[in-house]
Amino acid sequence: MSTVFQWVWLIPLLPFAGFLINGLFRRQLGKTFTALLGCGVILGALVISVVLFNEVRSGHSQTIPLFDFIRVGKLSIPFSFLVDPLSSLFLLIITGIGFLIHVYSTAYMKEESPEHYARYFAYLNLFVFFMLLLVLGSNYLVMFIGWEGVGLCSFLLIGYWFRNNEYTHAARKAFVMNRIGDLGFLLALFWMINEFGSLSFNEVFAKAGTSTTAILTGMTLLLFVGATGKSAQIPLYTWLPDAMAGPTPVSALIHAATMVTAGIYMIARSHVLFSLAPVTMDVVAITGLATALLAASIALYQNDIKKVLAYSTVSQLGFMFLALGVGAYTSGVFHVMTHAFFKALLFLGAGSVIHAMGGEQDITKMGGLRRKIPVTFFTFLIGVLAISGFPFTSGFVSKDEILLAAYYHNKMYFWLAVLGALLTAIYMFRLLLLTFAGSFRGTADQQHHLHESPPAMTIPLVLLALLSVAGGWVQLPHVFGGHDYFNQFLSASVPAQEHSDPGLATLEYILLGVTAAALLLIYILSSRSLTRGNPQGEYSGVKKFLANKWYVDELYERIITKPLHWLNRNVLDFIEKEIIDWMVDGVGKLVQLGGRQVRLLQTGQVGSYVLLMVISAVVFFVIQFLIKK
Amino acid sequence: MIAVSFIGIPFIFGLVLFLIRNASLARALAFLATLLTFWLAIGSLTLYKGSAQLQWDASWLPAFGSRFTLSLDGMGSLMILLTALSFPLIFIATWNTPYTRANNFYALMLWSQAGLMGVFAATDALLFYFFWELALIPAYFLCSIWGGERRIAVTFKFFIYTFVGSLLMLIGLVYLYLQTPDLSFSLRSFYKLNLQPDQQNWLFWLFFVAFAVKMPLFPFHSWQPDTYQQAPTATTMVLSGVMVKMGLFGMLRWLAPVLPYGFWSWGDSAAFLAMFGMIYASLLAIMQDDLKKLVAYSSIAHIGLMSLAVFSTTDAGLQGAMLQMFNHGINVIGLWMVVELIERHTGTTRISALGGLAQKAPALSILLVVVALANVALPLTNAFIGEFLMFTGVFLSNVSRFNYIYTAVAGFSIILSAVYTLNMIQKVFWGSTSSLASGMGEIRAHEKLALAVIVILILVWGVYPQPVLDLTSGTVQSLLARMITRHP
Repeated sequence: MSTVFQWVWLIPLLPFAGFLINGLFRRQLGKTFTALLGCGVILGALVISVVLFNEVRSGHSQTIPLFDFIRVGKLSIPFSFLVDPLSSLFLLIITGIGFLIHVYSTAYMKEESPEHYARYFAYLNLFVFFMLLLVLGSNYLVMFIGWEGVGLCSFLLIGYWFRNNEYTHAARKAFVMNRIGDLGFLLALFWMINEFGSLSFNEVFAKAGTSTTAILTGMTLLLFVGATGKSAQIPLYTWLPDAMAGPTPVSALIHAATMVTAGIYMIARSHVLFSLAPVTMDVVAITGLATALLAASIALYQNDIKKVLAYSTVSQLGFMFLALGVGAYTSGVFHVMTHAFFKALLFLGAGSVIHAMGGEQDITKMGGLRRKIPVTFFTFLIGVLAISGFPFTSGFVSKDEILLAAYYHNKMYFWLAVLGALLTAIYMFRLLLLTFAGSFRGTADQQHHLHESPPAMTIPLVLLALLSVAGGWVQLPHVFGGHDYFNQFLSASVPAQEHSDPGLATLEYILLGVTAAALLLIYILSSRSLTRGNPQGEYSGVKKFLANKWYVDELYERIITKPLHWLNRNVLDFIEKEIIDWMVDGVGKLVQLGGRQVRLLQTGQVGSYVLLMVISAVVFFVIQFLIKK
Repeated sequence: MIAVSFIGIPFIFGLVLFLIRNASLARALAFLATLLTFWLAIGSLTLYKGSAQLQWDASWLPAFGSRFTLSLDGMGSLMILLTALSFPLIFIATWNTPYTRANNFYALMLWSQAGLMGVFAATDALLFYFFWELALIPAYFLCSIWGGERRIAVTFKFFIYTFVGSLLMLIGLVYLYLQTPDLSFSLRSFYKLNLQPDQQNWLFWLFFVAFAVKMPLFPFHSWQPDTYQQAPTATTMVLSGVMVKMGLFGMLRWLAPVLPYGFWSWGDSAAFLAMFGMIYASLLAIMQDDLKKLVAYSSIAHIGLMSLAVFSTTDAGLQGAMLQMFNHGINVIGLWMVVELIERHTGTTRISALGGLAQKAPALSILLVVVALANVALPLTNAFIGEFLMFTGVFLSNVSRFNYIYTAVAGFSIILSAVYTLNMIQKVFWGSTSSLASGMGEIRAHEKLALAVIVILILVWGVYPQPVLDLTSGTVQSLLARMITRHP
């Protein structure tokens, strides 16, 4: 056993140190130091994670206890970490993508004053710290610490530009909706303590078989409620599009690559419980599928470059939940990884576009950018191809696995998922074409200002583009000469699904052909309609309904926010001001009738108070003695 | 000897202060007294944990069978620590607040501290009652003399409530005293009482109402938001940080172990009341436009959870409640400090009139954010440990058949607390600077220090709470043992 496991606490501690130093000395440190420190600590965590990953690959997994966190009666919850294939994979994703995004941020945020620049990096480091805790915890409580902690950082970073009321409102909305999910998560934890007397993964999973299906169903449904909050699924997804108020690298890191996949991590980690609760599995699959389709339909008519990507994220997360729900846990996790590559790429690309456009985010006011910002264009194109499932990109490989898993579980799921995949391709091509093709539709001022981003931004783009293409080859289907490297690696944590169908190869070829043909068709059709003339900003009919996001925000406002306000203003206020005060006044009058003490009281003499107490005590004693005799 | 000095130091210093007319000398002396008590508390509680040094027994009122007995167990020590720590913090935070006849103000504050120390240390019922009043009476004067515009009416309401509560408790105590075979007020004699179920049933309500008024629990709470708003902030800090804990402490020390049957049979109703009050107060907190009222209602909600946990009668629930009694004290004092600073600089506590303070006072806003996060019980803050244990206790409880529902419904308060707390951050600290808010300046070094101490405590006890849990586990185990043997 290697000693590297003894150093695992350094992985979260390094970003935490970065947070403390950048946060506390944000006025003293210069921007250069801040940037070096902010990126350096993540690089350090990345290096250790890589070493650990290699250890785990050679078959070592270990629980590392750190200290007693809570020990009360029979309940004992240590603060301890678990390094196994699943967590080490997430460590790589978080620190790897995290490092690239930190580097990108050094250039993207350079207009900020040194103090706010340091605040930004402090928050970002803190986020990585909590995210690492989330995946490293060896029990549900440590996971929950990370779970709520990333929610906090998300809140702080969405509201990073805190002077803007709209942004801070979005930040609060995100936190509150996450909290709704967190309540579900917490209730599941209490239930676990009640049922298993422990929160550690080992003990809970070992005892899961002794529990009843009904209890496990309840428990896993509550856990899933937590997942819908953090991973933006129906009905708690509406915070994620609003979260785009934060700086774009934040959207890439938190709201695409890492935090929002925490729900998938949690379910994959708890697969023992979920597999014993078939009803929950159906709920997960159906919710995922419904979210994938709903979000994709909304994305079709969004004009804000980041909103399109946000809904696309919600939709892709839906695909991951579909995979989990049909029992293909490794496929869900695999899609987490490939999605982290190409969605981070797309968001950072969008950031580069926004940077070039001087802050403009409306794609109807862009167009023709491919010649002005070629590196951004080319990498963005790769991202679009990957997310659309272009053959042999990472997105193709992972989505192909999900579709197959759905096919073998329920044909209906499969066809709906195919529809979702088609919608994905349509809105992504629309985004690509409106942004980069045709002619420029912005102001002359913007046109003059157009420029390619600095290397600190383009190098991460290129690296992510490479990963978006090749990152999926570790799990290429057998038909195309692949090996199950990914599934084999994860097998010690999460079992893989095997399909032993002779028709599998044919199916793979059909999927490959259909995808390629569909993409080509979509490209031809949409390039005609989208590159000529000015695109519409206003919609009507169904398009308007979709552009307005199915009016879900308005619905929530009407069925939750308004009734609560009504209750507050009418019922509670009445109880508080009328009923309770009336009772008190009644008692007050009684006291007043009973004596003159009141007047004495109001004069504020020490004696009268003490006298009152003493007299009442004495009187009482006398009465008691009389009664007793 | 040490146990007596916790009461003696503040009492004697208070007595001296009445004679000193010089305001700044009085302030300095008062601060010195609290520092002395604090130093003593830290030293003795670590050195003499559980030893005879923390006991005291002397003759007091032999005619009534009452002795001056003090004893500090784990729970008592923790509360003494809270009392000893909060007063110096309060004096630092309100150092620059001017008072007319300041010496009297500080003297009464110290007497109140003496009373609180006595409440947490007394193991004789009459002595307990005496200290209970000693803590309260100075509070009436502090509110009615140094309070805001509506102080007289508000103090009267406060007085009526607590007076009725105290009276009920006194009736109960005397009744119990008359039942003891040796006519004694000592806690030990009360433990030996063999009361019939029907006696316990009505006695339960006497004590419950007395303690519920003090905490306060719905529907006995309406004195609290007004009083917190009108009292001078230093007094409000004492009231909400330390004094409300007297009610919870009383339940754990005098109600649960003495009337176990009443506690078991009415625990369900009391828990329902606590749960209802939590949601009620949380919803009201959301609609408040006054920072002081927001903190007040938020405090009612948090206290509601603590009493819900007390009535769970599980080790997790009780240890969580005791831990949280301390944590909430520290955290709410932190919140009041922030409110006080805002009021002093801008002259208002209306949320709608404020905004953008983060630009004017960045250090204050960072400290506030940590305190606010503790208010929403975010993990790695002290309040999370307390709330997690309390909810666990409620869930595991077998006092009620509805324990799962209680947990779930009460759980909604964690969502609502996020709504009103973050709303406060958003409306007061973020956004653009309003005209009133432009009067805000950065806080001074000593104010930063007081808040920083609180922030450090929040984080340290949030990451490593085990020493505190070890401190109270003995109290909880013996309490539960006593209650289970008396289970009907």
